[in-house]
Amino acid sequence: MKQWWKSGAPWIWLNGGAVSISIIMVFGLLALILVRGFGHFWPHSLVSTTYVQPNGEQVEVIGQLRKSETLTAQSLRDAGLKLPEEQRLVTRHLFKLANRDVTGRDFSYMVENFLGEWTYPKDITAFERREWGDFYGQPLRLLERGEVVASGDGVWPALQERLQRSNRIFDEVRKIERVEIGNINFRLERVRLDQRRAELRGELNDALRAQFDERRRALNTEYEELQERLNALIADMRRDAVVMRVAGGKEVTVGLNTIVKAWQPNNMSVIAKVGFYIEAFYDFMFGFPREANTEGGIFPAIFGTVVMVLVMSIIVTPFGVLAAIYLREYAKQGPLLKAIRISVYNLAGVPSIVFGVFGLGFFVYVLGGAIDSAFYPEALPAPTFGTPGLFWASLTLALLTLPVVIVSTEEGLSRIPSTIRMGSLALGATKGETLWKVVVPLATPAMMTGLILAIARAAGEVAPLMLVGVVKLAPTLPIDGNFPFIHLERKIMHLGFHIYDVGFQSPHAEAAEALVYATALILVLLIVLLNLSAISIRNHLREKFRAESD
Amino acid sequence: MNQIATPEATAPVRSMNAGLFDGSSREHLSIEDEVIAITVDKLDLYYGADRALKSVSMKIPSKRVTAFIGPSGCGKSTLLRCFNRMNDLVDNCRIEGSINLHGENIYAKGVDVAELRRRIGMVFQKPNPFPKTIYENVAYGLRLQGVNDKQVLDEVVERSLKGVALWDEVKDRLQSNAFGLSGGQQQRLVIARAIAIEPEVLLLDEPTSALDPISTAKIEELIEELKEQFTIIIVTHNMQQAARVSDFTAYMYLGELIEFSDTRKLFVSPDQKATEDYITGRYG
Repeated sequence: MKQWWKSGAPWIWLNGGAVSISIIMVFGLLALILVRGFGHFWPHSLVSTTYVQPNGEQVEVIGQLRKSETLTAQSLRDAGLKLPEEQRLVTRHLFKLANRDVTGRDFSYMVENFLGEWTYPKDITAFERREWGDFYGQPLRLLERGEVVASGDGVWPALQERLQRSNRIFDEVRKIERVEIGNINFRLERVRLDQRRAELRGELNDALRAQFDERRRALNTEYEELQERLNALIADMRRDAVVMRVAGGKEVTVGLNTIVKAWQPNNMSVIAKVGFYIEAFYDFMFGFPREANTEGGIFPAIFGTVVMVLVMSIIVTPFGVLAAIYLREYAKQGPLLKAIRISVYNLAGVPSIVFGVFGLGFFVYVLGGAIDSAFYPEALPAPTFGTPGLFWASLTLALLTLPVVIVSTEEGLSRIPSTIRMGSLALGATKGETLWKVVVPLATPAMMTGLILAIARAAGEVAPLMLVGVVKLAPTLPIDGNFPFIHLERKIMHLGFHIYDVGFQSPHAEAAEALVYATALILVLLIVLLNLSAISIRNHLREKFRAESD
Repeated sequence: MNQIATPEATAPVRSMNAGLFDGSSREHLSIEDEVIAITVDKLDLYYGADRALKSVSMKIPSKRVTAFIGPSGCGKSTLLRCFNRMNDLVDNCRIEGSINLHGENIYAKGVDVAELRRRIGMVFQKPNPFPKTIYENVAYGLRLQGVNDKQVLDEVVERSLKGVALWDEVKDRLQSNAFGLSGGQQQRLVIARAIAIEPEVLLLDEPTSALDPISTAKIEELIEELKEQFTIIIVTHNMQQAARVSDFTAYMYLGELIEFSDTRKLFVSPDQKATEDYITGRYG
């Protein structure tokens, strides 16, 4: 034993153990997110069965099994359920029943004792609806303007066909609403601002006023035309409806205009399910959120996160690099510099929410307010930059990650061999020439390292963002077709905040759970992707300066 | 080292040193006959309180190779760095006395150090090419002076690389990174970089100490050719090298210039006992 102790083997085991525990934790976390998050999009089979309620009434159940758990019988007996004396363990199932608008509850726990036989009828159809969550039922008749056009087995093929049509119309409606009407509103607002600006400058005269009115009238005409087209489309979209039989036998009419997509999970082959899965995942990645973010996609959040991180990188890199060059190359070494350096390093340890408060108090209110009164007086009292937005979020994060960039750059600069500097100086270069032509290019890999760390930190940050520009639902993306194309003052959505919002602020916790995992997975993947691209740039640079840098 | 050379061994060593010059065309030179490029006058150099150079005075002849030899820490590299004011970069370094380059005091007020370094080029112990292409390495000095004419640069790059016998080896890959060259090639490249801006004086600080014997031989040949155009000062640890390449040799010890004369005389019949001890390996 003593020999073993002396051999150093315990150390190896201890160190190896620490590494393996870390690895297990990381992979366990990823696996959990992966399974829970990716499982969400799979078209699970729908069960049809009966359930005897505690009051003795038997009801029909159509639903998707979400999870099963085993409990002690006593705990349920205490809750008032009548269970046989000899039974000690009970299985309880959580079913997703959907049809929130019909029954009022879309999830329910059921004890196995009281469940009937489970069957999987092929005609059970699931709808993903634009409102009220999913819908499960059996199709009976298809209606066109109230007239029956198909019934029985003929409903499903006809339904798919007509659904495609209504979705096509819906896309058009959405395009008109989002893009064309959005553009008109944007231009109308600009007319209003132009007029107000002229008024503030005292240049507003009758001719000018008439001109503004003319512009406004033209836009309004355009708007009315669009509105008319929109109304026609909406009426057309409402043409078809399907009558469904829900659990319990009640008939419900569902308009095709409210359905996003329909599927019959019990009637799908594995290949069809895989196809469905890929499509669902695509919709999740590139769709817009609905229903208080608990349905639909997360595209605006992905987009917002990426744009914010990119803007942050653009701000923090030059700033951090210049600061590091000054500290390392020009500043006179001494107690003052030491104090500054310690302050910079400690800045990295300040809790991020403090940066958020600072960002709100200083950037948004003071700087933003000053910008508004200087450049956007016509929009006041509505703030342009004097309110949380993309730019302030990026700037706050840039401040947060500045120390990381400064520290890495300084380390990179200190690693450049002095012989290289000497070589340049000996050729008659000044200090500045030596720095910019030789030293800084050599230090770029180190700067990239700093940027990678900064991105990793910034993309995952949530707390400060809630104060300085991230919102639950942003009506517009920060980049669009309206001049100046990048709207730094707009509010954005963010994956990290989206997770918090969907998981903890939504009314349908069970429905949201899978989305939380899926969103978390996307966030992790996004950070990995951002890091990988930065790392590949760095490796490319390293390759270039291989022999002399780190 | 003093165990190696016993007094009995002195005579054979001396004749060996004399043998260094057998068959050499090197004539006896006298500093009085030479055109003087640099005059060092009572130069003292302090690092803080340490006196690293003690009242050094010497005259360095133009278009000749002058070697500085001496044990480590004797101040030969420090003295070399005084010629292009590289010591200015050391924080607490202070200099008294003067160095005149063709009659101008390089430590006078108002001297443009960058301009001075353009006139006095330097090559370091370890090859230090820049992280750029071979072409850009050689063109670096010219670009600093604002020369960006492609034709002029091409011409100078070719001439400089030919000057260091590197042209044939690299002419097909001028646009590849200089780090891809071998150590010996890199050292010749930095010499090409130094001569591209046509300095008057070329300072070589142990230019072959990091190189293999074949590369060393090439550099030594090169020095022989370069002295046609440039005044060369070389610091070396290798006494054979000093004997082979230099016309004049200075022996330094503990910051003092012990002896300075033409190389043949210094190696064959030095005036000073200390010099003799060092070159015969009895230094201790």
